[in-house]
Amino acid sequence: MNPMVKAEAVHKRFGRLEVLKGITLEVQPAQVMCILGPSGSGKTTFIRCINHLEEINAGRLWVDGELVGYRQVGAKLYELPDREVARKRQQIGMVFQRFNLFGHMTALENVVEAPIRVRKIPKGSAVERGKLLLARVGLSDKHDVYPSQLSGGQQQRVAIARALAMDPKLMLFDEPTSALDPELVGEVLDVMRALAESGMTMIVVTHEIGFAREVADVAVFMDDGVVVETGDPKQVLVNPREQRTKSFLSKVL
Amino acid sequence: MAGAIVAFLTLCVIGSLVQNKRFEWGVVRHYMTDPTILRGLVTTLELTALSMAIGIVLGVVLAVMRLSPNPIVAGSAWVYIWLFRGTPVLVQIFFWFNIAAVYPRFGLGLPLGGPQVAHLNFTTLITPFVAGVLALGLNEGAYMAEIVRAGLISVDEGQTEAAHALGMSRLLTMRRIILPQAMRVIVPPTGNETISMLKTSSLVSVIAVVDLLYAAQIIYSRTYEIIPLLIVASLWYLICTTVLSIGQYYVERHYARGARAQQAAMLDFWRNIGDWRPFLGMRR
Repeated sequence: MNPMVKAEAVHKRFGRLEVLKGITLEVQPAQVMCILGPSGSGKTTFIRCINHLEEINAGRLWVDGELVGYRQVGAKLYELPDREVARKRQQIGMVFQRFNLFGHMTALENVVEAPIRVRKIPKGSAVERGKLLLARVGLSDKHDVYPSQLSGGQQQRVAIARALAMDPKLMLFDEPTSALDPELVGEVLDVMRALAESGMTMIVVTHEIGFAREVADVAVFMDDGVVVETGDPKQVLVNPREQRTKSFLSKVL
Repeated sequence: MAGAIVAFLTLCVIGSLVQNKRFEWGVVRHYMTDPTILRGLVTTLELTALSMAIGIVLGVVLAVMRLSPNPIVAGSAWVYIWLFRGTPVLVQIFFWFNIAAVYPRFGLGLPLGGPQVAHLNFTTLITPFVAGVLALGLNEGAYMAEIVRAGLISVDEGQTEAAHALGMSRLLTMRRIILPQAMRVIVPPTGNETISMLKTSSLVSVIAVVDLLYAAQIIYSRTYEIIPLLIVASLWYLICTTVLSIGQYYVERHYARGARAQQAAMLDFWRNIGDWRPFLGMRR
């Protein structure tokens, strides 16, 4: 069986600044991987590369056995046309730090937009499915509410439902609770926990050490564009081998 | 107190308008529905509607082009805007009117002597009205491009990223996610442009298109009732801009869906403009 995500020496530069200095990782299907690390360590950039929101400068990235955003001919990579990139992205759900719900659409419209427009699912069944998804994230009473009328935690749960509506094989979470008031973090983590238990493959960039320890199958500690330490979260986050991991954990705990 | 002074001065102006016989309100009333005036009014409305339609469509296309990552696409849009914003619209009207002098026939085919697919006879095709619409519309496109571009860049980058992450193509993202939200920024200046176009369109009188103002001029050059006929034209312009302003209010309300401010204070249009008491310094 293919790993769900396979990264091989992934490099990424923004101008002169090298943000990823050769990331090599594998995520197996139904695994939950949590990526931790100080800000500026490249963890957000890395998951943005997975669905080609960022181009990579060197290395290879496969999702479910297919290169993302590129076509390989010989040893060279060619960027795929917009339509092809879009098609591959359909299989990868993404949840953003700042939710990014479509402001001019209600919660339900947000959830059904891509299934109807991109996957051409008939409106009736998309709406039915959308309502089920909103119920799954505990928002069945908020169908007709606009994002600006929802709390941060509710917005993030709608965003999760919106990503799930495309039936992704893989879900990427980019610091999903970092923009939330402390009392709203729990409701979003609960939804993510339930999603992990349902067998979804997930990569979560987070600062929630407790969540990582409890839910993750693999914990990754990144610093300065490299993977410092990776392994069982109970080991990496409780008894880290590396000095850099230790000093990070001592600061956040 | 200030309100009372303003109200008093307003009354003085109204009184003078009514009492001064030289305004000849009877003549004004007579010519308001004169067939020449009404035909001119229809021409003005047609000119405005067609040029704004061309301007808006062209503006959206140019704005999207200017934001393209491809330098040739972005550059050509920039050159278009530079050219059409940088020359007087009056010159452009004369230019399109005289285009047949430069291109009597217009062939569609491959450049530098390639086979021709179709050709148009500009001498008969470019009537004064067509020249007017072309000039005003192509000019307006350059201005609308900047208005639309301002709207597009006002929408948060995260909206594009979220749409792309859901597998939406660039075009679909633009049409379904970015443009509808950009409309909140685009509509008010577009209303401005439409109202401005209503009056700018009177420039076509230079190429003998009989619009509202030119119709009034034709009549007063015969009857010498200059002021009353200018009032007739002005009243019609005012009526049209009033209707446009009301239309703009409803379009703005439509595109305010989901905006925070709109839910907080969704006031009725007529109550907004109809409450005169604060002008007199009274409490609501």
